[in-house]
Amino acid sequence: MLTILFDGIAYGMLLFVLACGLSVTLGLMNLVNLAHGAFAMAGGYALVILVNNLGVPFWVSVICAFFVSAAIGFVMEKAFYVHIYRKPHLDQVLFTIGLVFMAVAAADYAMGSSQVFARIPDALQGQIHVFGIGMGRYRLMIIVICGALALGLQYVLVYTRFGSRLRAAVDDQRVARGLGINVGSIFALTFAFGSGLAGLGGALGTEILGLDPTFPLKYMIYFLIVVTVGGTSSITGPFLASLLLGIADVAGKYYVPKLGAFVIYTIMIVVLIWRPQGLFARAGSK
Amino acid sequence: MSEQTPTAKRAAQGILARARWHPLEFVFWIVAFSVIWLLPNKHLILTEIAWLALFALSLDLILGYAGILSLGHAAFFGVGSYAAALLAKHGIITEPVLALIAAGLIAAVVGFATSFLMLRGADLTRLMVSLGIALVLRELANKFSELTGGADGLQGVTMEPILGRFRFDMFGHNGFIYSLVVLFVLFLIARRLMASPFGLSLLAVKDNPLRSRAIGISVDARLVAIYTIAAFYAGVGGGLLAQTTAFSSLDVFSFDRSADLLLVLIIGGTGYLYGGLIGAVIFKVMQDYLAQLTPQYWPFWIGLVLVILVMVGRDRMLRWTEPVRALANRLDWRAKGQAS
Repeated sequence: MLTILFDGIAYGMLLFVLACGLSVTLGLMNLVNLAHGAFAMAGGYALVILVNNLGVPFWVSVICAFFVSAAIGFVMEKAFYVHIYRKPHLDQVLFTIGLVFMAVAAADYAMGSSQVFARIPDALQGQIHVFGIGMGRYRLMIIVICGALALGLQYVLVYTRFGSRLRAAVDDQRVARGLGINVGSIFALTFAFGSGLAGLGGALGTEILGLDPTFPLKYMIYFLIVVTVGGTSSITGPFLASLLLGIADVAGKYYVPKLGAFVIYTIMIVVLIWRPQGLFARAGSK
Repeated sequence: MSEQTPTAKRAAQGILARARWHPLEFVFWIVAFSVIWLLPNKHLILTEIAWLALFALSLDLILGYAGILSLGHAAFFGVGSYAAALLAKHGIITEPVLALIAAGLIAAVVGFATSFLMLRGADLTRLMVSLGIALVLRELANKFSELTGGADGLQGVTMEPILGRFRFDMFGHNGFIYSLVVLFVLFLIARRLMASPFGLSLLAVKDNPLRSRAIGISVDARLVAIYTIAAFYAGVGGGLLAQTTAFSSLDVFSFDRSADLLLVLIIGGTGYLYGGLIGAVIFKVMQDYLAQLTPQYWPFWIGLVLVILVMVGRDRMLRWTEPVRALANRLDWRAKGQAS
């Protein structure tokens, strides 16, 4: 029971790191980015190549994965995404689906279609027991890292100058522009950082989520659930939504394996019908 | 009628002109039916084009006319497909035409039930809900494997002859003629429907829901109606797939199918009914060619087409059709008669 809760929390934390970049880009630019998973996949493959083929230490590789994805995100934003902010949602959907298809086929071409795993250091394998609860060390590590990241993001968002500009831009872009806030550059930075986080999540998640070329398609729906259920106006919304989703998914698969993923899709539809703006959205925003 | 103002007269004429058949439309259907004799050894892929065209037509009804963005339209396609296959397998309705109508109606019921979910929220919410519905149905088909065959697909379906006379032969001749006739009939109905006050009111809803509500159009009822009709069309499309291949698998619900469908419709253009049909032809030919070129990696090129399409701009991509349309208008003898 508690082990399931623990696994669910680890899974949820991972989802949060994967999806929080998406929630900011959606809230800030009203951009439907279905290709978010492709950035995560890039991070995952970066980790696998660095660790398995080049023999770079695990920790260094994880950090590299972040920067690889962030760099890809930065370039993509400057080259392509800037052109589609003002286009209708249909165009954004088409464009990002196109990117997903390309990423899937390219990963298939470059890495092969089978699932790959990165070698993880011995220190992270096995379980430790605390108060009789078996906890996987790898999952514990994920909870620690992702929890720290969530706290850090919350701090940046609430207490720094950049964070307040970002919040202003999300709340009302026009007024923010009028006050002299450079929304474009804030967005470019956020997009790159969000992609980097996705890459980091993808790298950490190779062990738990599995990594193969269909990754962007398989987890797209999960990211979107986190964002739509959590709302886009804060960090806490997606965070709670991720935890909820992670625990519900793990528990659902454990207790009613016959229903499987059915549980979370149903939860999502119910939540969206009940509150179309997301479960934790503040009243009055957009 | 004599008291009509010039503006009202022009508006009435414009509406009537929409309903009138354009010469190019005759050409289109004559070509479509002539391939029965012109390309007899391509009938298998032509059948695929026919049901894909019907499926795309169905998406055009909700996207091009009502402005509903759906990423889960495969849900109704899949329901129709499984319905047609199951009806035939268990011998409930053995005659294919009746079974096809039944499959469409079952999909329409699902469409009606889920249409209320699609009324809520903005684009993203609709996107998610439609996607979620398709995924839920896929999971259901997967879990009830005693009924649907699960991941292996529904095998052992035998189809009775169409109308008790025409067998589905292995070269797909009868299958193709059957699909084409179904497509043509449903197209005629859709065309009539979209030129009616109902279709015109949908366009008003798409352009400005608030104003249409103000002039007395019940927006929600219209959206529910068109969504249900579109589900019927998609269900018939899925039924055609199941009947012509005597097989149904989980693949019919897949996300790729919904996403490809968007591409099909966008290639052809939305909002004039022919977009889906033309797009289906281009898409299938392109897919066939790419799949021969790179069997494993063709999605890459499909993705590239999508990216280019958006980067260049959909309107600009379709601008090459303008001279063709201008020429066609000049050939339209009736338009001249009106002007003089």
